[in-house]
Amino acid sequence: MREIAASQITDTVAQLCMQAAYCLPDDVVAALRAGVEREQSPRGKAILRLLLENADAACGERTPLCQDTGLAVVFADVGQEARIIGDLDEAIHAGVRRGYTEGYLRASVVAHPLARTNTGDNTPAVVHTRLVAGDKVHLFVAPKGAGSENMSALRMLKPADGVEGIRRLVLETVEQAGPSACPPLIVGVGLGGTMEMAALLAKRALLRRVGQASADKTTAALERDLLGRVNATGIGPSGLGGTFTAMAVHVETYPCHIASLPVAVNLQCHAARHAEAEL
Amino acid sequence: MSKPIRITTPLSGEDVERLQAGDEVLISGVVLGARDAAHQRLFELIQAGQRLPVDLEGQVIYYVGPTPPRPGAVIGAAGPTTAGRMDPYTPALLARGLKGMIGKGTRAREVIEALRKYRGVYFAGIGGAAALLAKHIKEAEVIAYPDLATEAIRRLVLEDFPAIVANDCHGGDAYRDAREVYRRERELTG
Repeated sequence: MREIAASQITDTVAQLCMQAAYCLPDDVVAALRAGVEREQSPRGKAILRLLLENADAACGERTPLCQDTGLAVVFADVGQEARIIGDLDEAIHAGVRRGYTEGYLRASVVAHPLARTNTGDNTPAVVHTRLVAGDKVHLFVAPKGAGSENMSALRMLKPADGVEGIRRLVLETVEQAGPSACPPLIVGVGLGGTMEMAALLAKRALLRRVGQASADKTTAALERDLLGRVNATGIGPSGLGGTFTAMAVHVETYPCHIASLPVAVNLQCHAARHAEAEL
Repeated sequence: MSKPIRITTPLSGEDVERLQAGDEVLISGVVLGARDAAHQRLFELIQAGQRLPVDLEGQVIYYVGPTPPRPGAVIGAAGPTTAGRMDPYTPALLARGLKGMIGKGTRAREVIEALRKYRGVYFAGIGGAAALLAKHIKEAEVIAYPDLATEAIRRLVLEDFPAIVANDCHGGDAYRDAREVYRRERELTG
């Protein structure tokens, strides 16, 4: 067994929270740059340039890219040969607490959905832990702003709804979000599984490198089809008109029940923040 | 695109009348920073017929919940948040003299009608450009509801803050119009 101290996990999560908030990942920067070329609206082009300038300034000055530094969503893939000395869950929350406090990030979490008192340190995080092969711990921090999260959707379609039903839900979700979700978007689609599985697939779809096609041919074709349609909505950067409404559509699938076709659509704003580390 | 129009707060009736959906503007002067929780409190006071902690006459509200400032900084990152969440409260605030709002995203029909009725304007800021937009905020001070932390009401002094007129007082809607220009129906449904 390889031993990993909980304090090491806390330190890493704290660093990842700050890194994610300040510096847009390279793949997202590259996708936005490509967008400047592809966008047909002059205003859309100007907005994309502004977003690139913002990303540059934020990373250089260690200022958050967006004031909504999000709810910290943490994916922890824990190797079954690793032994964590201490409480894993508590270590992750402690890392979020430290990262958000020391990094001057916004506390955006309320303790109860109805009472709505701010917890003051952005905890608790939403943690998805998986036991995997090996002796490493892989941590993936993806702060999620509410602008795009609020516009996401899940529907239990009938198998007969098929591709047409999926298209309708994706387009309906993107159109309803319009400017509020801060396009250009990454559209994460979770297809199959059960209700909660579809939502998690959609979230995980956002972790993929921007524009990397699915390894499955049918799924990759669906991704291209959906991206073409999303970019025909006219919404454009910041919703002020244009042809670059989404950088990518990522679809993740899982087998499902003979009677089911669960579909989740998780929208990601252009500030597609994430940072990862392996211990 | 034409040259941006420079406007200074508080907004006069004349300022509002000449703005057209789609205009680019640079806003300077004092605005109020407020979002969800502060709106709810203001709305409840209005409904109860009580005095507000801030005067709304001619004012512009910027929907913003900034990140904490680093030592010595005026403010942290400070971009616009989704305006639609403030829709249920907005007509009541416009009736109290509010003239403008800065946010992102489309507004409800009731708000667009209220902008016509009370002669107000809604500006779209660029969501997610918070590090850059913060540079256009020269002063920031919490003036009401400090217990709301990032959601407190702030007095903000803007300098050439860039925005686009999304909804004017004449019924114009830049978000709707811009989307139609670039919409390709055949690719959407084909």
